[in-house]
Amino acid sequence: MLSVRVTLRRRRWLSLAVAVLLLLAVSLIATSWGAAGIPASAVARILLGQGEYPATWQTILFQIRIPRIILGGIVGMTLAVAGAVYQAIFRNPLADPYLLGVSSGASFGAALAIYFVWRFSWGGLNAVSLAAFGGAMLATAAIYSLGRVGGKAPITTLILAGVAIGALLSSATTFFMFTAREAFHTINLLGWLMGSLALADWARIKTIAPYVAIAFGVIAYYSHILNVLQLDEEQAMALGVEVERVKLLIIASASLATAAAVSVSGVIGFVGIIIPHMVRLIWGSDYRFLLPMSAILGGLCLILADGLIRLLFAPRELPIGVVTAFLGAPFFLYLLRRYKKEVFYF
Amino acid sequence: MVLLEVKDVHFSYDGKPVLKGVSLQVSGGEILGLIGPNGAGKSTLIKLIAGILAPQEGAIEILGRPLKSWRRQDLAKVVALVPQGAYIPPTFTVWESVLLGRTPYLHFPGIASKKDIEAVQRAMEWAEVGHLQDKFVGELSGGERQRVILARALAQEPKVLLLDEPTAHLDIHHQVSTLKLIQGLARAEGLAVLAVLHDLNLASSFSDRIALLVEGKVLAQGSPEEVIVADRLHRAYGSGILVMSRPDNSTRPIVLPDLRIS
Ligand SMILES: Nc1ncnc2c1ncn2[C@@H]1O[C@H](COP(=O)(O)OP(=O)(O)OP(=O)(O)O)[C@@H](O)[C@H]1O
Ligand SMILES: [Mg+2]
Repeated sequence: MLSVRVTLRRRRWLSLAVAVLLLLAVSLIATSWGAAGIPASAVARILLGQGEYPATWQTILFQIRIPRIILGGIVGMTLAVAGAVYQAIFRNPLADPYLLGVSSGASFGAALAIYFVWRFSWGGLNAVSLAAFGGAMLATAAIYSLGRVGGKAPITTLILAGVAIGALLSSATTFFMFTAREAFHTINLLGWLMGSLALADWARIKTIAPYVAIAFGVIAYYSHILNVLQLDEEQAMALGVEVERVKLLIIASASLATAAAVSVSGVIGFVGIIIPHMVRLIWGSDYRFLLPMSAILGGLCLILADGLIRLLFAPRELPIGVVTAFLGAPFFLYLLRRYKKEVFYF
Repeated sequence: MVLLEVKDVHFSYDGKPVLKGVSLQVSGGEILGLIGPNGAGKSTLIKLIAGILAPQEGAIEILGRPLKSWRRQDLAKVVALVPQGAYIPPTFTVWESVLLGRTPYLHFPGIASKKDIEAVQRAMEWAEVGHLQDKFVGELSGGERQRVILARALAQEPKVLLLDEPTAHLDIHHQVSTLKLIQGLARAEGLAVLAVLHDLNLASSFSDRIALLVEGKVLAQGSPEEVIVADRLHRAYGSGILVMSRPDNSTRPIVLPDLRIS
């Protein structure tokens, strides 16, 4: 009987290895996709440091495409991991990284920055990104403190506080969108709300990477505790988990990482909710495996979606959420039909 | 040796008193059955002992040490709980669910050691779920799931075992085998067992002592024949209960519903 368990574990490790290779392969291939028609062979040789090619090609590759791919990977990983974490903590299949106000707070911040034409910048981030980051963190902090009841933060009150604050902020964002003085402000805001990696550069990567790294560290440290948190809180306490402390730490980490990602990419939907479910459907709920696998597939998903935008629509930019949902939703429905396991919790 | 001691514990939910001065003791190797009507406060008492709730007055001692002075992680190595109607996500395998019992022993990154794996395997055999280990919890029957939760508690290798309705979904074979297993473990490993049992016959057959909890107070405490007495049960549950002696001359009384009394 032991061998079946070992087989399951081997299958998981093998799948993880394949996913990593796939991520690397897609990342490499995606370097040859884009508006400037650089042949794939030339890209390969430039990457290997061989051959003589125009300096502009070098610039496009190293200053535009590669940062864009790396940023896409970071954002995709963050959204998938944060979604997985939220689904465990809230024991709710509909939980996504935006459940506690990260998107409504970020959107509100971005709307303020665009509406009032703020011009400050820091660490390669413009005012829109900074205001979005600040808005996201403030909204999450507000929701967490409003959702607390007598020293505890019950998940239902957190979710409901999130719904209320989210509605409030969204109405303000919509107000700014409709009353903007210039039409292009509205378009900018709309574009930001739907997410894009078009502004990717090394400075943005360097600025958000530390936040994401710290958050991932904390989440990885608690990955086996996340298995326990999928039970109810009383069982988790009886199994020795300091539920309130761990919950606060994990929510703070996931929100920090998501806020950092959203501040540079705008609100990208779908990845954070679907990828963890996909992993759960195929490989089960053990978070020691689910988290790394979700991270890899989340990164892969965004790099692929963004690559397709460049391949098929360049030089036009399309919101990335359009592609992730258009291709991801049918694929997910297929998985849902094929693995008719009872994934959901109610 | 007394492993669990509850001293004059009072507890109320938001000002609504539920436990009004409860005291009891359980020694190693002993099974204390806790009976009482719905809403008497049995589950509340169990949660207080598991450290899920904190008493407003009185004290609880585990292995002679005040509950408050235990770190939660250390407490979970000594006290294990089988909760009433507990939920396990359906996409966990049985093996993974039982491994959760090792949580207090695991450190980052949560890889099970040989010792953990042995404890899990032993617990699964005890609870008769070894043959299910690769199944997903969503594919189990209610009784099988209940035994998985018992296995998880046993994997904690506790000294004090708290059971809230451990036989609720079990057929008669598994009711008896589960309680026999628990009895055997109590004797062999010196476990102190506190078990909430709604079935008065099971409580009578398996408990060394029984405590009858009514409206947050211990109405009676003692051997089965001292507690399972008609007028006591009538005071606790109302009329409609017939207490008889067993045909096999055991001292443990049996209880039947009495439909003649309205
Ligand atoms: N979380 C809670 N908040 C408020 N009141 C509660 C809570 N849990 C239980 N109670 C109340 O406390 C009383 C005791 O509940 P408890 O669950 O301890 O009863 P019990 O003896 O286990 O009953 P049962 O036999 O039905 O399981 C009941 O009146 C119940 O309504
Ligand atoms: Mg109860």
